[in-house]
Amino acid sequence: MSALAQPHPASRTGAAMRRLVVALTLFGALLVAMPFSRSLFAWLFPRLERPLYEQHGFVALVLAHLGLVAASGLCAVIVGMGAAIFVTRPAGREFRSLIETLTAIAQTFPPVAVLALSVPMIGFGFGPAFLALALYSVLPICENTISGIEGVPPSAMQAGEGLGMTPHERLFRVELPLAAPIILAGVRTSFSINIGTAAVASTVGAVSLGAPIIIGLNGNNTAYVLQGALLITGLALVVDAAFEAIQARLQRWNAG
Amino acid sequence: MRPASPVHPPLIRNRPLLALAVFLALGAFLLPVLSHAPNRLISGRPVPLLSLPATSLALMAAPALLLGAGAFLPQSRRSLQAVALAAALFISSLLFAAGAEASRLGAEASAAARSSLGSGFWVMLLAACLILADSLARAGLPAPARLLAGVAAFIPAALMIGFGHLDDLSVMKEYANRADVFRQAVVEHLVIVVGALVPTLLIGVPLGVLASRRPGLGRRTLAGLGVIQTIPSIALFGLLMAPLSALALAVPALGAAGIRGIGLAPAIIALTLYCLLPMVRNTAEGLARTPRGVVQAARGMGLTERQILWRVRVPLALPVFLSGLRVTLAQSIGLAAVAALIGAGGLGSIMFQGLFANALDLVLLGAVPIVVMVMAVDALFRFAAGSLRIGASDGATAATGAGR
Repeated sequence: MSALAQPHPASRTGAAMRRLVVALTLFGALLVAMPFSRSLFAWLFPRLERPLYEQHGFVALVLAHLGLVAASGLCAVIVGMGAAIFVTRPAGREFRSLIETLTAIAQTFPPVAVLALSVPMIGFGFGPAFLALALYSVLPICENTISGIEGVPPSAMQAGEGLGMTPHERLFRVELPLAAPIILAGVRTSFSINIGTAAVASTVGAVSLGAPIIIGLNGNNTAYVLQGALLITGLALVVDAAFEAIQARLQRWNAG
Repeated sequence: MRPASPVHPPLIRNRPLLALAVFLALGAFLLPVLSHAPNRLISGRPVPLLSLPATSLALMAAPALLLGAGAFLPQSRRSLQAVALAAALFISSLLFAAGAEASRLGAEASAAARSSLGSGFWVMLLAACLILADSLARAGLPAPARLLAGVAAFIPAALMIGFGHLDDLSVMKEYANRADVFRQAVVEHLVIVVGALVPTLLIGVPLGVLASRRPGLGRRTLAGLGVIQTIPSIALFGLLMAPLSALALAVPALGAAGIRGIGLAPAIIALTLYCLLPMVRNTAEGLARTPRGVVQAARGMGLTERQILWRVRVPLALPVFLSGLRVTLAQSIGLAAVAALIGAGGLGSIMFQGLFANALDLVLLGAVPIVVMVMAVDALFRFAAGSLRIGASDGATAATGAGR
């Protein structure tokens, strides 16, 4: 980005790993302690009859949430990278401006609107949540893959050609490895948005960590809301820290 | 595909346009353009495009044929502009035909009958909008002209809504049933967005100026705000709820002033926290981007540091700052929809009401205006940035690159 952002690769890796360990430890502790925290929440919210969310296990909710985000994210990586690779080949070059227009327009749609509008198409439950998350996360991944491949220096491509690489080999051994940091940044953006949208997807019947929040809001149970919010925040920070750690590794590896 | 031989020019000159035209045709012939039900409880029967009256079909066929033909014409500025015009005409005629058919079906049936837009309508609309955007982009117009042309394409649609031609579509019936609620929701939505914008500007701009002067502090501030950005909105609303309601209980005066666990207060606080990042980052980046030579030249001319700030740094930072403002506003219009879950009102409450009641038309009535608002803000700021760029085309353009 700019002079404001980038510290040295080695110190970035160390800081990222420390952050990941801290986030994982805190989140793990939160997850383990939550089922035993009834008396704490009863003390915090003395007027509530049921101070602890028990409709689903918290671990099951975390797994369902992660499953939804990971499955739709994987789908988006395949489609988004596939489209980006297609439009940067000679055969698909014509379609590039169309894909760029599409991603630019689609990204002005708020993720919640995409979620709401996909319900009429497939009904309630896992389906619309999966579709909305996958559709929305294709955009940053596709956009970043295009700009990552475009950013590969011509000299690297010529070197590959000089080594006698086929176009196929150049894609997998020159272009994609060099574009990897930018592609990964796009995947990070998608996952970060999707963790939030997956939580809101509880409103359309998907099982996720949003369930305690939605049920708590409907039943005036602030304790449920707080429990859901704490776990979602923890999960989001862990996933972000994990991406930061991977990106830092990659940067260090690319730097030499 | 094989590369074209030098003797014959290629038959297909614009494959993306052909692909979109085929997509449009598939939507037109395979999917229902409307869905008609005798009342809102029964699911509708599909109305295929070909069952529409011949006049409607002819109205749509003329621009549609031009769209298809555009793929085989030589690709010049003129032909691309003609394709864009045809796409705009197609969008208008599609809406006109849908409105007319809804009125015709409505006249034959009882007052409870409902005609809603079908999947074929949405596919055709999407394809035509993409053709419009893509051919405007290829026609080589400058960005502000492109935006204006894009907006102009939807003037007929706005007129049709304004003059009641679409009133027999179920979305518009839903609107007529609750026009007051809708208007109030729009106002509430804007109140949330503006309510978050004011503190964002008051805190974010000074923080950004500070960050541009002290890079160490700036890095730490941005890192902290970045952590807040990673917290999903629904969770941040939830985290604010308990402390705010406790505060309202402890200090009744605050509760009376509207500071509560649900409603506007947590919504505005959360949105402000989110919006600070783009605001601080772009203010700082804009100010930091002033080329050293320009500042030295200004000093050489005898300007004081204060004059340099207002006459050199601020004008050069303006485009980057505006792009930060654009991101901020677009983001908060979307997030304000989620705030409906914590009782902040706005268009999100209509949208979620529709989701909970499984009423598609209510979902559309809430979600479509949100999307339109985001697009309008986006277009307005890009237009402003584009005009600025043209105004300051000598040398200052180097400062405008950030933030897409």
